[in-house]
Amino acid sequence: MPIEEKDIAKVAQLAHLELDDEELKIFGPQIAEIITYVEQLNQLDTANVPPALGGLTPEGERTNSSRDDEIAPSLGQKIALAEAPDPAEGHFRVPKVL
Amino acid sequence: MSVKRVEQALTAAEKLNETLNAFLEIDRQGALERAAAVANSDGPLAGVPVAVKDNICVLGLQASCGSRILGDYHPPYNATVIERLTQAGGVVIGKTNCDEFAMGSSNENSAYGPVRNPWDTTRVPGGSSGGSAAAVAAGIVPVALGSDTGGSVRQPASLVGVVGLKPTYGRNSRYGLVAFASSLDQVGIFARKVADVARVLGAIAGRDSHDSTTADVPVPDYVASLTSDLKGARLGFPRALFGEGLDEEVGNAVKAVVDVYRDLGAEIVDVELPHAKYAIAVYYIIATAEASSNLARFDGVRYGFRAEDTPELRQMYRRTRAQGFGAEVKRRIMLGTYVLSAGYYDAYYLKAQKVRTMIKNDFLSAFESCDAIVTPTSPSTAFAIGEKVDDPLAMYLNDIYTVTANLAGVPGISVPCGLSMERLPIGFQLLGPYWSEPTLFKLAHAYAEARPFTERPPVFASTA
Repeated sequence: MPIEEKDIAKVAQLAHLELDDEELKIFGPQIAEIITYVEQLNQLDTANVPPALGGLTPEGERTNSSRDDEIAPSLGQKIALAEAPDPAEGHFRVPKVL
Repeated sequence: MSVKRVEQALTAAEKLNETLNAFLEIDRQGALERAAAVANSDGPLAGVPVAVKDNICVLGLQASCGSRILGDYHPPYNATVIERLTQAGGVVIGKTNCDEFAMGSSNENSAYGPVRNPWDTTRVPGGSSGGSAAAVAAGIVPVALGSDTGGSVRQPASLVGVVGLKPTYGRNSRYGLVAFASSLDQVGIFARKVADVARVLGAIAGRDSHDSTTADVPVPDYVASLTSDLKGARLGFPRALFGEGLDEEVGNAVKAVVDVYRDLGAEIVDVELPHAKYAIAVYYIIATAEASSNLARFDGVRYGFRAEDTPELRQMYRRTRAQGFGAEVKRRIMLGTYVLSAGYYDAYYLKAQKVRTMIKNDFLSAFESCDAIVTPTSPSTAFAIGEKVDDPLAMYLNDIYTVTANLAGVPGISVPCGLSMERLPIGFQLLGPYWSEPTLFKLAHAYAEARPFTERPPVFASTA
C-alpha cells in the first residue's frame, strides 16, 4: 500500500524522532521504495512454514543459560551515573514529565 | 619486542590517519602500558597490536559507534571478546571508524567522516567495519575486530584485500558489542593472513555467561586446521548467483577461484539456494525491526548526548534522537518501527521470519552435498565515495552475497583473490555449515597458499 508523508510522520512519532519538513520529504519516498522492494516476499507461499525465532543454531538452542539466583557484583551508583548527561543526588535527572 | 611492535603500530596509525580516517581514537599511552604489561606473556597473541571497531566496549576508551549520540561515551566495562583478547596477550591500540551503529556498506554513514580505501583514497573501504578493514589493509595492525550483521566484516575485507571472518552465530560473545540486530550480530575478525584469523578466533570464541546466545560448543584448535590437503573436499557452486547484478570482472575472478580449488583436488558440486534472492528483503525487515528496538535505549537519560533547551521529557527524547542520530539510522529506525507497528506486523515481520526459515533450510539442504559454498563477497569492487549515498536501496544491494549467512547463522569468510584492471581488490566468500570454521580456514588457507595475495596498497605503513 502507498506510504504517504503522514504515515512517516506517525512512525517518527512512535519512534521518538523529531523530523523537520525537509526530512519528511526525503525519507517518505525512500522508505516507500524500500517497502515496495520488501513486498516481493508476498510472491512466496509461506502458509506451512514456521517462523524463525532469533538466530540460534540447534546447539545454541540446547545450551542451558539458567543460573543460580545469586547476588553478583554490579557497577554501583557512582560508575552507573558517571556517563549521565544530568546526574543529581544519585539519580538520573530528566525534564518535567507532565 | 612486544612494546616495539605496538609502538610501531601506533606510529603508523598516527601517520596514516590523516589520509585514511580509519581511527577515531588512538590510545598511545594506554597501549604502551598494556604492551609493557604483557611483555612476558606467553599467550597466543602476546604483544600483537589490535584495532577494535568503535562499537565494541574497551574499558578506558571511547565507544561512539560512529554516532554523535555516543560521541563522548566511555563504557565502564570490557566486552568479553576484549577480556579474552587481552588475556591472550593482545594489545588494543585504538578504536576504529565505522558506519553509525554499524548501519552501512561504505563507511559514509559515520558521523566522523568516511574512511578512505588504502587502494584508492577516492573510494570507500566498504562497511560498516571500514576502519578496522583499512587499518589491516594498510599494514597498521596485523589483526582487527569488527562486527558483522549483514556482511560488515566480509564486504569491507573484500574491498580492501584482506581476510574477514563472520563466525557461526553464538561462537563469539556479544556482551559489550553495542547491539544493532541481536539475532544477526556477531563479532568478526580481520587479518592479512588466514592463520592470524584462526589464532584470534581461538582466543576469543566460546560460551560466555554474560551472553545467553553463546552456544556450549567446544572451541577447537583452529590453527591445527590449517592444512592444505583438500582431497575429498566438496565445494558447492551456486551457479544462479553468478548472474544479474554481478560485475563481470568480479564474477570471472571468482570462477577462476573455483578452477584453482578443482586443481587442488576439491570436487566441485552444483548447489542451489533458491531463496537467496529474497535475502535482502528479509534482512531489511528483520534487521531494522531489531534495530528500532535496540536503539530505543538512546534517549538522553542514562548516557550519551542530550539535546539542550527541552523543558518537557518527550520533547527531550525526540530532539535528542533527532540531533544525535544520522540519516541512515533514522531511516532504519523508522522502517523497523513501521514493520512492527500495529496492523503491519504479520504482513512484514512475521512474513520475513518465515522466509528466513526457508533461507536456513536452503543452506541445510545445500550442505548435504558439499562442505562449503563459494560465492563472490561483494557484487563489485570498491565504489567512489559519494556514488551511492542518495540511493539507500542501491546501497543495500551491496550486501546481496553476505546477508544470507547472518540470516541462517552460518559462518562465512572472505578471502582476497586478486586485483581488478583498476587495481582494486576482489574477494571471494566461503560459507559453511554451523561450527565449520575449521573447514573454512582449511579451504581459505589452501587457496592463499596456492595463489598468495602479496600486493600492497599505495597507502601502506612503512614499518610493517
